[in-house]
Amino acid sequence: MKTNTVKSKILDEQKYVISKKVDAFFTDIYNVYMFILRFFKEAFSPPFEFKEIINQCYLVGYKSLALISLTGFITGIVFTKQSRPSLSNFGATSWLPSLISIAIVKALAPLVTALIAAGKVGSNMGAELGSMKVTEQIDAMEVSATNPFKYLVVTRITAVTLMIPILVLYTGFVGMMGSYLNIHQTELTSFTAFFKSAFASITFLDIYASIFKAFCYGFTIGVAGCFQGYYAQNGTQGVGRAANSTVVLSMFLIFVEEMIIVQFVNAIR
Amino acid sequence: MQLGKNELMNEKILDNEAVIVIKGLKKSFDTLKVLDGIDFSLFKGENIAVLGRSGSGKSVLIKIISGLLKPDAGVVKVLGQEVDQLSLVELQALRMKIGFSFQNSALYDSMSVRGNLEFPLVRNKRDLSKTQVNNAIEEVLHEVGLSQAINQMPSELSGGQRKRIGIARTLILKPEIMLYDEPTAGLDPITSIEINNLILKVQQEYKTSSIIITHDLTCAKTTANKITMIQEGKFLTMGSFKEVFNTQDASLRSFYDYNFINDK
Ligand SMILES: Nc1ncnc2c1ncn2[C@@H]1O[C@H](COP(=O)(O)OP(=O)(O)OP(=O)(O)O)[C@@H](O)[C@H]1O
Ligand SMILES: [Mg+2]
Repeated sequence: MKTNTVKSKILDEQKYVISKKVDAFFTDIYNVYMFILRFFKEAFSPPFEFKEIINQCYLVGYKSLALISLTGFITGIVFTKQSRPSLSNFGATSWLPSLISIAIVKALAPLVTALIAAGKVGSNMGAELGSMKVTEQIDAMEVSATNPFKYLVVTRITAVTLMIPILVLYTGFVGMMGSYLNIHQTELTSFTAFFKSAFASITFLDIYASIFKAFCYGFTIGVAGCFQGYYAQNGTQGVGRAANSTVVLSMFLIFVEEMIIVQFVNAIR
Repeated sequence: MQLGKNELMNEKILDNEAVIVIKGLKKSFDTLKVLDGIDFSLFKGENIAVLGRSGSGKSVLIKIISGLLKPDAGVVKVLGQEVDQLSLVELQALRMKIGFSFQNSALYDSMSVRGNLEFPLVRNKRDLSKTQVNNAIEEVLHEVGLSQAINQMPSELSGGQRKRIGIARTLILKPEIMLYDEPTAGLDPITSIEINNLILKVQQEYKTSSIIITHDLTCAKTTANKITMIQEGKFLTMGSFKEVFNTQDASLRSFYDYNFINDK
């Protein structure tokens, strides 16, 4: 009995190049790569699903707007409140608007937006496509001579890639408003003075970099959600797993991208 | 394809052109052998019922025919084309002629009944006007007897209604071949009879040739010209209902006895 299991384990191992887990990891990377290639191929070849793209854009915006407004606003207030004591030690509270705008535009707005979208929009994509997969709705589209990849995947990835930058601008604005309210209350700074000093310390490169980041994050969330959903397996259990791993994977990748892009932007500055 | 063709011919068959030809079809998943040498032909205008126990590979068989799964070995020809050799474009053209009614209906949850029916139509026939699309939708809904359900969502429909909408969704492309995966499973006897009648109606009005997968012998008996049973990856016998069940083969007998338990 025992020798038997050992033997079958050896047989099992022989099927893999390195080991089951490592092999699966590299197969996954290859599959994601093929998935992305297919996205670009199908995104730029007609027929286009414009109506569904608009619909998905609306859903992405609609789903995340309330949460993003709230978090953006609170982030602005909290960050201002937390920074004030250390600045006032140097008698430099007049620097608050610059500090806040640097923090919000360069880092907080893209990150907060992307993380919230990963939780709200990404998980939804994973779950939705996953349940369509396991209930054979995707197969049904395929056998009715339509292209589910185009209708489901291309539209969703495009929508979230386009919407995250817009949402990032919005979050930035709401965050600055939160900060302004707090500064206005405490330091009695006027609206124009606040924004003048806020914009003085950020360049267009900063804004472009943030928008570029936002595109990357949006694309990452879209690919993660659609990939996990489109290849979901094992019934309802797989749907939960697809939603969950979308969030985990896209959050992880967002931070990795953040780090790479910051290095890159600092290098060209 | 020539094998035993004459014995298999049935007076109802319009002509002897084979629309599906399968030879030596094999399919395994990892170590699990599901199909192990299937040979048969479906002739134009006929309905074949495929019986078999749960997990015997019935769904896998029609998924291979429609190109959703790839065979490991063997030839699968549908309307003269080898399914697993086709490019995506060719496969889509072929799929327009194949209707697939799923075991669990697979209606698009996020769309109304109208949306479900419209989906394949507007994507495959782009030059249709709004009225033509509406007319086509109304026609197939009338055909399946569910005209009133047009604005309902799939979640609001009963199992039998879902099956019928699933069938309507395939009819809207006017298929030549219909693949029904357990059309009566989980339905009450009266609703099952309605579905059986619908299958016959589709055969006559749309001139379809069909494969009907079922464990329901009443369904097989009423809708099919020929019956076969799949066991251990192979077809046991093929013939009319009487021919197949006039046998001492234990697995066929037990299948029969369980279905018609009151007949004895
Ligand atoms: N995509 C797949 N991957 C792995 N195994 C599969 C796959 N599809 C089917 N199988 C296996 O193949 C076998 C046959 O499945 P199939 O769905 O064809 O059964 P069936 O005859 O349709 O049964 P039922 O009457 O319950 O629908 C099952 O054991 C199933 O686990
Ligand atoms: Mg089945």
